[in-house]
Amino acid sequence: MITLEHIHKSFQDNHVLKGVSLVVPEGGVTALIGASGSGKSTLLRCVNLLEVPQSGRVRIDDAVIDFSPGGKVPRNAILALRRKTGMVFQNFQLFPHLTALENVMESLVTVLKWPQEKARARAMELLEKVGMVAKADAWPANLSGGQQQRVAIARALAPTPKVLLCDEPTSALDPQLAVEVVEVLAQLAREGTTMLMATHDLRLAATIASNVVFLDSGDIVEAGPARQVFGAPADERTKRFVSTLTAQTTL
Amino acid sequence: MPQWLSLMIESLPSLLWACMVFTVPLTLLSFALGLGVGFVVALTRLFAPGPLVMLVRFYVWIIRGTPLLVQLFLIFYGLPSVGIVLDAFPAALIGFTLNVGAYTSEIIRAVLVSVPKGQWEAAYSIGMTWRQAMYRTILPQAGRIAVPPLSNTFISLVKDTSLAAAITVPELFRAGQRIVATSYEPLILYVEVALIYLVVSSVLSSLQARLEKRLSRYGGYIEAAS
Repeated sequence: MITLEHIHKSFQDNHVLKGVSLVVPEGGVTALIGASGSGKSTLLRCVNLLEVPQSGRVRIDDAVIDFSPGGKVPRNAILALRRKTGMVFQNFQLFPHLTALENVMESLVTVLKWPQEKARARAMELLEKVGMVAKADAWPANLSGGQQQRVAIARALAPTPKVLLCDEPTSALDPQLAVEVVEVLAQLAREGTTMLMATHDLRLAATIASNVVFLDSGDIVEAGPARQVFGAPADERTKRFVSTLTAQTTL
Repeated sequence: MPQWLSLMIESLPSLLWACMVFTVPLTLLSFALGLGVGFVVALTRLFAPGPLVMLVRFYVWIIRGTPLLVQLFLIFYGLPSVGIVLDAFPAALIGFTLNVGAYTSEIIRAVLVSVPKGQWEAAYSIGMTWRQAMYRTILPQAGRIAVPPLSNTFISLVKDTSLAAAITVPELFRAGQRIVATSYEPLILYVEVALIYLVVSSVLSSLQARLEKRLSRYGGYIEAAS
């Protein structure tokens, strides 16, 4: 289980997260929704500490880190916590100098020091899962956006993370390419992969999220089961946001 | 056989000898060592605390702002006054290494910065340490971008080693000067010396082209959205 408690994060004068607390249940998909600038990406990046919060507490299983202004956090603690997570980026960020297969193997070989053969077998398994075995030896530059993102998902899953963090996984894709990525994520959701994803793709959220958290300017406005938040939003801001999303989708 | 041709053929062995024994080793050694210096300086400028950054900026400022020939003279003829006496070859090696270090540090710094920040994040997201991210993810990409500008430095260096003649290193140019002193044929000899430099630079350029081609096998950068 992942818990975030009273997370504060500012960039200079910009107070992006104002004491956000959140529990991500294991085996479910939690979608962070909200307008651009609401802090959902930052919150996601505070889970694997690509952004270090000024204060608050991040816990993943037995790994806990407390942050306080001016306090120093040991690098090893950050690494240990981060290694319980995997991340999928909006613009994929595959390593362009490695093939699809090598991208997936990289964490196993470099970080976990697995032998090549074992890593290769595990990586092929994952490429199989995301339907990319045929392109195992392709360079990222020769793959479509949807294919790159599927390889990126396999890469993120390689070290068996406790949680898969997805930062707008479909936003950089054409609708028809987004579909193949949504399908892969939906399959992972059915298999019980714990996921936390920032998205404003309503189809993605509605298809696979079990819980939805609505953020507005650095605060959680509403959180609950997906059906409830989308179907009968309680807060006025949530209502407005959900209706804009629905309008976009039907267009 | 015309007289100029027989003179050229006669002097060729000693010129090639000087090239192989002094010019080439001086170039290769000072480039390799200079790259090491350049890398350390670039990392210092990018990641080290303030005072260290000031120090390496001072170094780059001095080296880039003064003539290489003056630097060589300082090391070989100047340092003995403070009790540091160096043979000609080591003096030249130190001079060229410091020079290459300063110039390549700027190149290395620029290419390291040119790798998108998202690549660092991707490396961190799969659990890499800073060192692993640097060596496994950033450097291979930066290295590829660095090939053309570094090759430029390298080819310039081959020719710049002729300056070592002025501090008595018996390299290619000095070997030519020596033959001129006895044959009184400067035109013929210096044309021959120039041709040898030309051949060496051309070979290096073609090696550079081959290296670039090899490194570009994974086809360009991936743009953010596609």
